[in-house]
Amino acid sequence: MPDSPFDYAPAPESRDLANLKPAYRPFVNGEFVDGAGEPLKSVNPATEEVLAEVSTASKSDVDTAVKAARRAYEKTWGRMPGAERAKYIFRLARLIQERARELAVLESLDNGKPIKESRDSDIPTAAAHFFYHAGWADKLDYAGYGPDPRPLGVAGQVIPWNFPLLMLAWKIAPALATGNTVVLKPAETTPLTALVFAEICQQAELPPGVVNILPGAGDIGAELVGHPDVNKIAFTGSTEVGKLIQRTVAGTPKKLTLELGGKAANVVFDDAPLDQAVEGIVNGIFFNQGHVCCAGSRLLVQESIVDEVLAKLRYRVSTLRIGDPLDKNTDIGAINSREQLTKIQELVESGDTEGAQRWTSPCPVPERGFFFAPTVFSDVQQSMRIAREEIFGPVLSVLTFRTPEEAVTKANNTPYGLSAGIWTEKGSRILWMANRLRAGVVWANTFNRFDPAAPFGGYQESGFGREGGRTGLEAYLDV
Amino acid sequence: MSDRLSVTKTYKLYIGGKFPRSESGRSYPVSDAKGKFLANASHASRKDVRDAVVAARKAFGGWSGATAYNRGQVLFRVAEVLEGRRDQFVSEVSACEGVPAKKAESLVDAAIDRWVWYAGWTDKIATVLGAANPVAGPYFSFTVPEPTGVVGVLAPQQSSLLGLVSVLAPVLATGSTAVVVSSADRPLPAITLSEVLATSDVPGGVANILTGRAAELGSWLASHGDVNALDPTGAAEADRAELAKAAAGTVKRVLSVPAEEPDWTAQPDIKRLRRYLEAKTVWHPLGV
Repeated sequence: MPDSPFDYAPAPESRDLANLKPAYRPFVNGEFVDGAGEPLKSVNPATEEVLAEVSTASKSDVDTAVKAARRAYEKTWGRMPGAERAKYIFRLARLIQERARELAVLESLDNGKPIKESRDSDIPTAAAHFFYHAGWADKLDYAGYGPDPRPLGVAGQVIPWNFPLLMLAWKIAPALATGNTVVLKPAETTPLTALVFAEICQQAELPPGVVNILPGAGDIGAELVGHPDVNKIAFTGSTEVGKLIQRTVAGTPKKLTLELGGKAANVVFDDAPLDQAVEGIVNGIFFNQGHVCCAGSRLLVQESIVDEVLAKLRYRVSTLRIGDPLDKNTDIGAINSREQLTKIQELVESGDTEGAQRWTSPCPVPERGFFFAPTVFSDVQQSMRIAREEIFGPVLSVLTFRTPEEAVTKANNTPYGLSAGIWTEKGSRILWMANRLRAGVVWANTFNRFDPAAPFGGYQESGFGREGGRTGLEAYLDV
Repeated sequence: MSDRLSVTKTYKLYIGGKFPRSESGRSYPVSDAKGKFLANASHASRKDVRDAVVAARKAFGGWSGATAYNRGQVLFRVAEVLEGRRDQFVSEVSACEGVPAKKAESLVDAAIDRWVWYAGWTDKIATVLGAANPVAGPYFSFTVPEPTGVVGVLAPQQSSLLGLVSVLAPVLATGSTAVVVSSADRPLPAITLSEVLATSDVPGGVANILTGRAAELGSWLASHGDVNALDPTGAAEADRAELAKAAAGTVKRVLSVPAEEPDWTAQPDIKRLRRYLEAKTVWHPLGV
């Protein structure tokens, strides 16, 4: 395609907008401080260049941050009228919007995701979460948990690298709205936007200690989870780490919510609008390089249309442009880290070994940086690792079914239960399927839709608790 | 002294709608509050737990798929049959808990009323806990509560009937199915409750009741891969952390319960119902 007269001209976003600084520091008690941990270098996964040096927290910093959060909870935030808290959260939402361009560019630099996704999806949705929850702060009496539901206290929050600012918003907005204070650990590879959010907390004149941000690796997350003066743990990440956290918290009075992995079934019936379905399949698995816990990674196609769907799908996927995340024409950006790239490669090899048919997009792939070309496996059996394990990359496994009952059985044949998709023109079938799929979110004729008003979360080993909506408030209330 | 010898009852387990003896062949003596021998109860084993979980899983599809109206009717029917056996429960509660007949009567009445309260929730939960989500886009997005699945319940050790009803009824009201380990030392009302369940249209396997030791059976329930939630109320406080750790292996929902057995006569709220429900959010497109 490079020779085509209709090829895209490069449309790079200016990286100057990110206001990238050479060094970033932890945010504790309203101030940026030097962390006593080993400093880390945050790397641009698209170029492997070092973006900035980040001072990380040590175990003693965790204690300092928790103390600051406890003080803020007892002295200011926990006793502040909801109406006043609402205005602070509203300020945070507005400031995120005002600095949206900067945050989007920084997010794409640090994470590797395409600018069009950070600009049009991540940052606006993060702001929307603060807006939504700002309104709850003075209406908690109406949330259905009885009059005057109480906050829990200090919330320890550990978030992943796939949606750094959005996951921060999902965690911090409801915690603050319900009157809790927060110590948040962003992912080791993507701490930058969280530390810009800390600047936003300063700009909003949030009382010191209400929000504390501690960059660091898993040991700092573990320290936070195990800290005796933390009342609530919220974690988004892998099922494996989620189980470790549940074990750590077991037997303590801490309240826990987990948003873990998934292996979502995206079910396509023979009467589905196929072009629309193909768009949805592509969005379901290739959005954010497939680094999405609710990604539609198992495509279940009705047997009679599988050849047609595969042909359309391969054609559509071959038009996806992989490359510079800051180019506005880029569809697929960089894999977040070398470690993750290795994991994807290993699982893809298992697909080859176990006998699935592999098709990889012929699109040109940058030589530098961490990239993985969109890949579709057909002839996949339920027993294969690529059908059972979360790959967390741009890799789709295609299985077939004949009857709706078989589709339900295969879709539910997983210890996970986060999301599912249904593609059919028949509304009654949509609702029939939606009733039977054991998943926390079911998308019909669409995929990967998020809204702060719609609760999100998993069944079974995809975790427990919900984020968003009235249901999501329960995670931060003593009810 | 009467010249008629009474017919004493042999107490068994309740699994999948049937009343088997323990697979292990074990039993243990049950005494009243003063130490007088009452009966031998079956001493359930790990295999009995596994059989009960299989039965509960098998029953889950039908029970959770039944209409809320139908589930409500079935649970009201349980209350009716409970009421009919009131005198038997009063004498068993009185013997097991060592309380005077008057007190036992009020406990049994409270248990019947508690069952009625939860029966009425089946067709109201979705209205109270569900939502239409006003999302920013052309979608009808709604959230409905759905039952978690198979729930392992360690019933209270002190309150032999009211406590048991207070922990079992909310599981059934949500549409989940239950494997219950009864009070170890006061199991007789639990076995009689099994007979009530068996004769009141509750499908076999929806509620399974095992008599035995929570300390022994709790760990099998907590680590079982096909149990979705665990209520550790009847476990010794010292054992609860271990149970919660074992439950983490399959990301089980573990009920947070008070250290001491609560006052079961207090009016409950819907917390126990909420714990056995998952919120499912469905997005349906709008358009013409």
